[in-house]
Amino acid sequence: MANEEFPLKKVCIICAKGSIEDVYAALVMGNGAVMEGIETKLFFTFFGLDAITKKTMNCLHTGVTGNPAMRMPGGLPFPTLLGVIPGVEAGVSAMMRSQMEKLDIPPVKEFLEMIEAGGGEVYACKLAMDMFKLKKEDLWEGVKEVLTVGQFYEKCGGLQTQIIFT
Amino acid sequence: MAQKIFAGVTVDVNEEGYFTNPAQWNKEMAIEIAKEEGIQPTDKHFAVLDFLRERFAKGETLTIRSVGNSGIIDIKGFYGLFPGAPMKKAAKIAGIPKPASCV
Repeated sequence: MANEEFPLKKVCIICAKGSIEDVYAALVMGNGAVMEGIETKLFFTFFGLDAITKKTMNCLHTGVTGNPAMRMPGGLPFPTLLGVIPGVEAGVSAMMRSQMEKLDIPPVKEFLEMIEAGGGEVYACKLAMDMFKLKKEDLWEGVKEVLTVGQFYEKCGGLQTQIIFT
Repeated sequence: MAQKIFAGVTVDVNEEGYFTNPAQWNKEMAIEIAKEEGIQPTDKHFAVLDFLRERFAKGETLTIRSVGNSGIIDIKGFYGLFPGAPMKKAAKIAGIPKPASCV
């Protein structure tokens, strides 16, 4: 079978969005790859930079307006108009984070540290940093390097490698 | 169901070599399975194996994070003890089923 003959050796994950669900999709995929012994590289760009910026990384939000999959506890649809009330987004986001904690899903910083402890590498996008006027010292200490897209692609070479865009 | 012989005893395993009955496991077997995985087990290894077996017996989900918070070893050390895929390797050596956890 092809997937036994050619197992995945490296995954390169790009995270370009900063909401809880987008960032955690990247972190769960990344950490999962590290746990399998797969070489793992995570590249954060645009709003995804929030996940590796010291100030923002542990207080990410989820969008509560215009999200048709958002439900109230109990399963009723979450009215978009409710989402515009100040504090609702923060409340829903805090609730989501506490639900994840119950499943032993760590906060963003700890999750990144787990990935790093297993040998995964975390990179930031130079262009997006210039755009948001961020400096290397604004980022979490574990960020290995600030890269151009070309430098990132150089790291993505090799057989049995996949690039995943979350 | 497949069977394998470890330390002279026939045990039940699944197609990937994980024990299907953790009660059949003992430390001599663990040493043999560890060797198959290229690991020379130390006391530290056994402390982790005991922790995983205990948690499994309680029906708890096994996660890398829980090992890191066990007080036995940090996550980096866990990757060092069972290089490559630590959770899977440790579960196999500990004689428990393959962990069904994503974190």
